[in-house]
Amino acid sequence: MSILVDGNTRLVVQGVTGREGQFHTLRNRAYGTAVVAGVTPGKAGQDVDGIPVFNTVRDAVEATGANTSMIFVPPRFAPDAIYESLDAGIALTITITEGIPAHDMMRIYTHLQRGGQQLLGPNCPGAISPGKATVGIMPTDVFTPGRVGVVSRSGTLTYQISKEIGDMGIGQSTVVGIGGDPIVGSSFIDILGQFEADPDTDLVVIVGEIGGDEEEKAGAFIAANMTTPVVGYIAGFQAPPGKQMGHAGAIITGSSGTAEGKKEALEAMGVQVGITPTEVAEIVRDRLR
Amino acid sequence: MDLFEYQGKQLFAAHGLAVPSGEIAETPEQAKAAAEAIGGTVVVKAQVQVGGRGKAGGIKLAATPDEAYAEAQNILGMDIKGHTVQRVWIEAASDIRKEYYASITFDRSAKKPLVMLSAMGGMDIEAVAEEHPEALARLHVDPLTGFQAHHARWLVYHAGIDEAAQKGVLDALMKAYAAFIDLEATLIEINPLIWTTDGRVVALDAKVSIDNNALYRHPDLAALKESVTDDPQERMAHERDVTYVKLDGDIGIMGNGAGIVMSSLDVVALAGGRPANFLDAGGGSNAEAVATALEVLLSDPKVKSLMINIFGGITRCDEVAEGLLTALDTLGATLPIVVRLDGTAAVEGRAIIAARAPANVVVEPTMLSAAKRAVELAKEAS
Repeated sequence: MSILVDGNTRLVVQGVTGREGQFHTLRNRAYGTAVVAGVTPGKAGQDVDGIPVFNTVRDAVEATGANTSMIFVPPRFAPDAIYESLDAGIALTITITEGIPAHDMMRIYTHLQRGGQQLLGPNCPGAISPGKATVGIMPTDVFTPGRVGVVSRSGTLTYQISKEIGDMGIGQSTVVGIGGDPIVGSSFIDILGQFEADPDTDLVVIVGEIGGDEEEKAGAFIAANMTTPVVGYIAGFQAPPGKQMGHAGAIITGSSGTAEGKKEALEAMGVQVGITPTEVAEIVRDRLR
Repeated sequence: MDLFEYQGKQLFAAHGLAVPSGEIAETPEQAKAAAEAIGGTVVVKAQVQVGGRGKAGGIKLAATPDEAYAEAQNILGMDIKGHTVQRVWIEAASDIRKEYYASITFDRSAKKPLVMLSAMGGMDIEAVAEEHPEALARLHVDPLTGFQAHHARWLVYHAGIDEAAQKGVLDALMKAYAAFIDLEATLIEINPLIWTTDGRVVALDAKVSIDNNALYRHPDLAALKESVTDDPQERMAHERDVTYVKLDGDIGIMGNGAGIVMSSLDVVALAGGRPANFLDAGGGSNAEAVATALEVLLSDPKVKSLMINIFGGITRCDEVAEGLLTALDTLGATLPIVVRLDGTAAVEGRAIIAARAPANVVVEPTMLSAAKRAVELAKEAS
């Protein structure tokens, strides 16, 4: 098994006829993902290298049974595209688009809490289950099939850590980029829970960075709910302290948010944290022995 | 994007929130004219985006237009924690009966707006939150249904606002929330929100941050964007839309994505070096973005070596290599440049550098080896 994307994925791509959308759609298909449809309003009846294009997501779902959507539309149209995917009953919506306004995301996030559907991203690189399927923009040759799950806020660090693990001959079950924005549809906790339920994931690497308190929340979740071992990495020890405007933010978060604070919070919950991507890979290797 | 106090107050006024009448001044003459127009005692306030300006001498009372001239002359050009004062805000002095605190912020943890209100404003509100948490009323708002009058009433009663001021504070909260939504703000903080001796509720300060991602819907706000730093590299980066933060070391660092850049800084530090900056050339870095980024890095005279760390996903390493060569052609840099290319089109990228790059460009296979090499080369050069 694996999580999020696999041989059962039937992908519809919103924004399939754009330059980036088309490029990555065809790369996802070349890797083996079942790309069953694309959506661009006004272009129904056309095709992208054999992939049929529909006017709406609902039309695409009715005609092809798509269950997963990838969104490539520009930020000003992306909130509408996410609602369209959710309204069409898509189980998993993966939003690559970067730059969606925070107020839009607050409303989308609240809407999602009605339950039953999952959003990955925005501003994320997608997910890959090596050897099975990929949805997104990840460089696929970095990954190899295996039994380690990776979940990360940063796209480039997802690749870096997976490659370092792969160089030691250790493959991945699924690699998930949850996205770097302040509000994303799936948190570390959501993905950790899915990895915990996956019998083919033996260990999970969580890749965090400064800002927010999602790593701290993940630490508490791991201690309370996970038997699968988790190894951590946090980027940003040398980052300058962010300039905080006003006091409201500090009142909410207290002193959390620094790399040191996150590392300590994870370690206090029994998660071993490597201080470089290379050291993380070494810990993973040792833990799997 | 953070706004200056005077910009925040002008936006408050446009949303019906009471603020003292005031004018902006860039010269002592303008300050004097503003004081004459406002009449009576005025306050001369330094406009900087940093806390503690009162203690630094950046806020002064002036009883006459001549005093306003003298105070403005003192404050303009003053350095407050690394920020040079370019403008002063001249406003009518207020008769304060009580100081409250009000804020609306985007709570990233709860993923909702959070409204906070306290009768203990004016002073250090973080200390109030710590020592008297009951004195700070807090309420999260459902972004789909919005801030209703009953929310404002709950806050006003639980914050212990004086009875005669309750109606005015409630009204101010409703208007502040409407501004928060309308401006797509991530923060509106009013400290103090005052109750005057003649019974009005007035915003005496304004801290407003706007979501950069929403600026396309607010061209009037986008026009307010300006560089507030005195650092030449940071100014240059700001003008060219490059994400850059100056640090105090001598190894210039650039990568494609905030995560890998932060990680590069950490690895350079662990290798015994000191990073000169944080520079994220962005996902999808093309040749032009790389050239622009390089120009910013090379303009810093402290930099002894560079580490360029690219893990291509949406970014193509061959485009990065081309951008690097083009930039070096024009800029003619001779300092050592360590390049690490991995991911999308990495083989092509390395081939381009091997075939055509000048001798000061060296390629390293991993992030760790690149960091170590950049540290060694910086030491040799100093």
